[in-house]
Amino acid sequence: MGISRLGAARRRLSMATRTLVHLPARATRGEVIEVRITLGHAMETGLRADAEGKLVPRNIATRFECRFEGQAVFAADLYPAIAANPYLAFFMRVPGPGTFVFEWLGDNGFQHRETRTLAVS
Amino acid sequence: MHRPTNTFRAERRRLLASSGAALLAKAGMAPLVQGGAVALLALACRPALADTADEALAAAVRQWAAGRPVQEGRVVFDIAPLVENGHVVPVTVRVPSAMAGADRVEEIALFNARNPQREVARFQLGPLAGRAEVATRIRLATSQQAVALARFADGSLWSHHVEVVVTLAACVEE
Repeated sequence: MGISRLGAARRRLSMATRTLVHLPARATRGEVIEVRITLGHAMETGLRADAEGKLVPRNIATRFECRFEGQAVFAADLYPAIAANPYLAFFMRVPGPGTFVFEWLGDNGFQHRETRTLAVS
Repeated sequence: MHRPTNTFRAERRRLLASSGAALLAKAGMAPLVQGGAVALLALACRPALADTADEALAAAVRQWAAGRPVQEGRVVFDIAPLVENGHVVPVTVRVPSAMAGADRVEEIALFNARNPQREVARFQLGPLAGRAEVATRIRLATSQQAVALARFADGSLWSHHVEVVVTLAACVEE
């Protein structure tokens, strides 16, 4: 791969929304597991000035929802008082094997969706 | 021995009265105090500001509660009492609950007294939520009071108020 193509790939990667999800590798039915998720997001309050003294426009991830096999696990309404790169940790009782859907919504039409499968023994 | 003149004594009385007034004002007994510039100054500074911020917090909690009573207890709001960096403050809210029947926690909310906005976050716990515990990271603009609230399935509302001292504030400078 040429240097320019590599550069383009890197740029695409940096533009993409990054999410970290921590889940146990395996779980047993009925077990309570911790789900930890971090979203790469500036959470601009709209109250902060840049180097030139101009206000940086508000850009907040305002909503998070976690479902497992379509059932609600946890949801959050977030305000500017949530730190940049919002981190959330919560607990789920494992009903069986299945797939998590994590959804984020925010200002300026921000939308992001991640899925993870959970292996249950 | 030289006796103090009447004017001196009057001056001294005024001074004593006003410093006493300041002390009383600090102790929250301002209404009992008769005037005095120092008392007024003391009122205008610390207690009055704290009162408006805490009153705004109480108003936000009342609005969240929608007319129902909120009791202190059952909720554990875990946050460091002394925060070095207000930009990233780890918090955990823990509500001991069997997560079944009337004991189920359906909602957890966080409010603060002195950020630009009272709301911090609201969490809804769904049918699959395994424990009434949430952790996140918040911003604190200054030293202030904050509260974690929980709504149970039986409609009862519980809270835990905390005071946090912030040494490096968020939202002031970058």
